Amino acid sequence: MNPVIVYSVVVLGLVAAGAAVILFVVAKKFRVDEDPRIDEVTEMLPGANCGGCGYPGCRGLAEALVAAADKGDLGNLMCPPGGNDVMNRIGEYLGLAVEEAGPTVAVVRCGGTRAKAPAKLDYDGPERCAIAHTLFAGESGCPYGCLGLGDCVTACDFDAIHMNAETGLPEVDDEKCVSCGACVTACPRNLIEIRPQGRKGRRVWVACLNREPGGVARKACKAACIGCGKCVKACPEKVQAITLENNLAYIDPAKCIGCGKCILACPTGAILATFEPVKPKPKPAAAEAAPSGS
Amino acid sequence: MSRNLVLSLSPHEKGGESVQKIMWGVVIALSPALLASFYYFGWNALRVVVLGMLFCVGTEFLVQKFMMKQKTTALDGSAAVTGLLLAFNVPASIPWWQLLVGSIVAIGIAKLAFGGLGKNPFNPALVGRAFMLASFPVHMTSWPKPLENVWSFGVDAVTAATPLGKLSEGGVAALPNLGSLDLYKDLLLGRVGGCIGETAAIAVLLGGIYMLVRKIITWHIPVVYLASLAATTGIFWLLDPGKYADPLFHLLAGGAMLGAWFMATDMVTSPMTARGQVIFALGGGVICGLIRLFGAYPEGCSYSILIMNAFVPLIDRGFPPRRFGKEVKHG
Amino acid sequence: MRMKTFPMGGVHPPENKISAGEAVQELERPARVQIHLGQHLGAPAVPVVQKGDRVRVGTRIGEGKSFISAHVHSSVSGTVVKIDDVIDASGYRRPAVIIDVEGDEWEEGIDRSPELNREINADADAIVRRIKDAGVVGLGGACFPTHVKYMFPEGKQADTVIINAVECEPYLTSDHRLMLERADEVLVGVQILMKAARVNRAIIGIEANKPDAIELMSRKARGFEGISVAPLKVQYPQGAEKQLIKALLNREVPSGKLPLDVGCVVNNVGTALAVYEAVQKNKPLVERVVTFTGRNLPRTGNFLVRLGVSVSAMADHLGLDIPEDTAKVISGGPMMGKAVAGLEIPVTKGTSGIVLMADGAARRREVLNCIRCGRCVSVCPMGLEPWRLEKLAQLDRFEECEDVGAADCIECGSCSFTCPSARPLLDYIRHGKANVMRMRAERRQK
Repeated sequence: MNPVIVYSVVVLGLVAAGAAVILFVVAKKFRVDEDPRIDEVTEMLPGANCGGCGYPGCRGLAEALVAAADKGDLGNLMCPPGGNDVMNRIGEYLGLAVEEAGPTVAVVRCGGTRAKAPAKLDYDGPERCAIAHTLFAGESGCPYGCLGLGDCVTACDFDAIHMNAETGLPEVDDEKCVSCGACVTACPRNLIEIRPQGRKGRRVWVACLNREPGGVARKACKAACIGCGKCVKACPEKVQAITLENNLAYIDPAKCIGCGKCILACPTGAILATFEPVKPKPKPAAAEAAPSGS
Repeated sequence: MSRNLVLSLSPHEKGGESVQKIMWGVVIALSPALLASFYYFGWNALRVVVLGMLFCVGTEFLVQKFMMKQKTTALDGSAAVTGLLLAFNVPASIPWWQLLVGSIVAIGIAKLAFGGLGKNPFNPALVGRAFMLASFPVHMTSWPKPLENVWSFGVDAVTAATPLGKLSEGGVAALPNLGSLDLYKDLLLGRVGGCIGETAAIAVLLGGIYMLVRKIITWHIPVVYLASLAATTGIFWLLDPGKYADPLFHLLAGGAMLGAWFMATDMVTSPMTARGQVIFALGGGVICGLIRLFGAYPEGCSYSILIMNAFVPLIDRGFPPRRFGKEVKHG
Repeated sequence: MRMKTFPMGGVHPPENKISAGEAVQELERPARVQIHLGQHLGAPAVPVVQKGDRVRVGTRIGEGKSFISAHVHSSVSGTVVKIDDVIDASGYRRPAVIIDVEGDEWEEGIDRSPELNREINADADAIVRRIKDAGVVGLGGACFPTHVKYMFPEGKQADTVIINAVECEPYLTSDHRLMLERADEVLVGVQILMKAARVNRAIIGIEANKPDAIELMSRKARGFEGISVAPLKVQYPQGAEKQLIKALLNREVPSGKLPLDVGCVVNNVGTALAVYEAVQKNKPLVERVVTFTGRNLPRTGNFLVRLGVSVSAMADHLGLDIPEDTAKVISGGPMMGKAVAGLEIPVTKGTSGIVLMADGAARRREVLNCIRCGRCVSVCPMGLEPWRLEKLAQLDRFEECEDVGAADCIECGSCSFTCPSARPLLDYIRHGKANVMRMRAERRQK
């Protein structure tokens, strides 16, 4: 046989054998013993590595979950994109009870559209909310409102939030939002809040964070919360979900039943919802009017 | 006042520098060499220059518009300058389709694939040239004789070896007039074979000085490159003048001038600080010298610059500017 | 003689000192003033008046309660209307005391006579106390409480007082006029500062584009022991503290340290005048010289303005309507000043000038890719790499920003000014710097 072929086969064979031995020895000697459950839990997690749980990647959360399981209490550990399905599976596997959490979604708490909060100034600079926030209150003059430059959109890994070119405000896609919280961190004005999706997707929120007195707030934006308190009064007595502090109303999502009465009561339209509130039917006038001639 | 005031962060004043001005400055600096190339190589030079620029601009436009689906920057001048420099780095008799291949590689691969203007690590014109040299070695090393029937049609160009080519093939013996004033005059004025932009050393030098005066480039890269090339070749010439050509020959022959003044000084692919630029140029000159003296190729300029381009991020990291207040100084 | 300057970096924006020949004019009495409580670096002053209180010129209306803070005084006599949020140069509404003006009564004890008082009777501690009582802060723009600057920590001492009369910002001429019109008082003020710092040497740095001021101050300084005048090359940012110290004394303030660490204290020339008035005339800081200028204005001027007066009063005094093509209003100079929302903002201790810019100049050019030309590196006076800082800050990589020196940036704007691609370098560097400061504060808390 051709000696070149013989030599090639022998030499390559020896190299391969040598490499195999080295790899085998190293794998054995430097083996890291890990709890096999970590790999299992990591498999169960969505694998998006979004960081919404507060841990570095899905594997980070898996390690924390296994450590918590050994203590016997899962605590606050939760995977927002995975939701209840994933958490239940993990809870079952680790042998721990999991608290069911309602589905949540990111909510943008500003109603200052281009129409409602017209621009009085012209911003000329990089399209970064974090930077514009250090320069001035905003083109409309509201120091709490959305700057419209899209840091939240850039932060989202799930394509769930986009700028509406007409209104100038970001809009969240319920279907895609996994409540990872990236947009919440990105917004320099803390406008975005993770709130429960609400029964059948019905949720109500005050779309304003302006704590200035009503008159000042209205100058910048027609849809500002002026702190009049009408919503607090409109909220049914048994519910009492709305609090008023520093000229600003806040609806507690845990208590809110989604009746929509506060939306009708609000004089500026600062309260928004995912549904149209039902206006109460006008009372019939016949019972009041005195019959003529008596 | 009826209008909205503009709000931006400071500074609110802008200096006079602009990318356009820099690019036009380079084009003006290249015009002496351009005119020299027409003089020596006639129609072919015109053809190569026009085609080179057209192909490069065209490639940028087509790739950006149809492949990358974005707004095109083809008309900002940078592709045109690349086309011009690529044309300067090829022989006048290069077939048009080879130039097309080179242009596509220069713009499409070396520039756009890395992210466009400002993002390419390697000099696009040199990448195009290197690709052409590897792919079309015969045509890229056949240089027409300058000044002979260069403006008439239908006459086949007579090729002749370049001085560097002769040196590489036959050593010092192949250049009997080495060391004579005549040879230097020929090299300086461009009465020798070579790529269309590199032959007239004086034209390149004039353009380089123009750029220095206009403050488009600083002296560090061209001077140190040429100095280290001269030093490298000079050492060996001093050791054995019978075997090696003298440094002045090396400075004037081949693409050293064009490389030092126009290719190595390309802002995008050279270091950001003066210190870094000196290191970059030093390495470039040494490598060019070594390739010329001991390498398989007669000319090492393009490769030396491409090799040093690869080191630029490292150089930038390793030689940052001196920070104010880092070493406590007292007056 | 080769003029002194800082060796590294710098740019030369067009000087535009169009108001240099305008003598300082005093404005008419306003109808109302809005005096901000946070006119200085550090904690805002706490209001010590309320609605209905009557005040006189010099009445303390706000107290600086923390270590780095300053008092605020009424600049008019009248009645306090309310304490409310008023917009200032920061772009946000901040608390201010709003006073309806009646007459021009001054607090007792304030010496309003124009005679020069050269005898400095107070000792160093008393001087610092008087400066503090008068609410004097740095009038160069940074507004650092002056008395704090002279309260040297244990073990630290100085050998030189540097007076910053450089005024390197284009357009601004208030310091220039101050030197031409009130040189003697300024020089006494410098002597007072020398005494407070316990030094016997002071150098007044003046940029070479003010030859009349250099000549006058040099001549007058001969009558004051230890004070010399040094002309400086016209180069921006010659007036930046660290660069000025390097140019005059060839000392480099180390990263993160203060001028006192290299043995000197730096104050603006306007501050020196305010110190004279505070110590020799018992007068608190209630007014300052402001330049009102712009290329599109038919007339410009320098004004002695009471704090809290709306900036538009200067235009009114000149009999001007704001030109239609005004697109930007800047509080301060065009290199480091702040673009403001309008002319209703009130003058504060830090308002050195108001510059109007018309359409063409007001807008930024189109941003192109970085062409790695390296010009930003060559102009940075602090030896930083603005291109690298911009890239890192854009990607929110703040730890690396800190490593590459974001905290050392003096925000002079030379990099953005020079960039051929018109990249907003300083915007991102500031973003990085702010986050580096935040990170450092969080680390200190842990």
